[in-house]
Amino acid sequence: MPPPELILFYVLATGTLVAAAVMLLPSTGRNPIHSAIALIAAFFCLAGLYAQLSAHLLTALQIIVYAGAIMVLFTFVIMLLNLTPADMREPRFAWWKVAGGVLGLFVFGKLATVITLATGGEQPINLADPMNTPLGSVRDVGRMMYTTNLVAFELASVLLLVAAVGAVVLAKKKLDYVDAPEPSPARTHLHRNVPAGTVLPHGADADPPASHGAHH
Amino acid sequence: MTVIPLGHFLLLAAMLFGIGLAGVLTRRNVLVLLMSIELMLNAVNLTLLAFARYRGWTDGHVFAFFVIAVAAAEAAVGLAMVLAVFRLKRTVFVDDLRLLKR
Repeated sequence: MPPPELILFYVLATGTLVAAAVMLLPSTGRNPIHSAIALIAAFFCLAGLYAQLSAHLLTALQIIVYAGAIMVLFTFVIMLLNLTPADMREPRFAWWKVAGGVLGLFVFGKLATVITLATGGEQPINLADPMNTPLGSVRDVGRMMYTTNLVAFELASVLLLVAAVGAVVLAKKKLDYVDAPEPSPARTHLHRNVPAGTVLPHGADADPPASHGAHH
Repeated sequence: MTVIPLGHFLLLAAMLFGIGLAGVLTRRNVLVLLMSIELMLNAVNLTLLAFARYRGWTDGHVFAFFVIAVAAAEAAVGLAMVLAVFRLKRTVFVDDLRLLKR
């Protein structure tokens, strides 16, 4: 009977791998929302693995930031795009798909060789020993972050601020100066419902010129 | 008494990284591409935390924290770009975005 920690590790590892594989499978992954849900499951399993490594702060951050904020952002964007089945078609088989899978396997094989060589003869250390106290608590990580890595921490906050501003600037609708002289009620119709070239009231074109030829 | 060898965590992280890499190379939906990148970042985080636990370094936790911060910024900007490109071209496939190829 293996020890319970090892059983828990194997359960969490299997869950992570299965969820990650489900994310990639073409049958389930054709709709990106299925991939997003599978990835959320993988992130929760990874949070359990972080907890096994006694990384308390990172476990909380994994659930709050990754499974919470980032994946909610993904699902919101998927819902905002409102993809039709025609938008989700993907080539079923192509030579670069095989090549990509082989390359992924190759990289894993190389990494596995190195890991096995490096950790093969290693004696397992006693993690319950007081000499090996866990260091992942909020106090330990916070002390490290606010003393040694203070500059990097402040730079990370600046990076997040810039990213937030950049995301707003990139994603906001630019309806006013693309083709309409003044905000017209006709523009509120989604242009996919209007045939291309239809002249709407106020002289607004149904389509911005850049989207010609991109219709399916 | 420890029961999980360090190599277990590292091998799992390598598998996740390989899956993420295969996803980036085989899928053409830009949303799934971004998700695969997030998976690869998580594999790196798992490696950092495993070494931090088994070697007694707190630096791994700090580094993983910064990886999460950068991943959040990358996801926000990347998804905003996906939205902008989708408004312009009505596609989420990277193969359709080849304006620089002519």
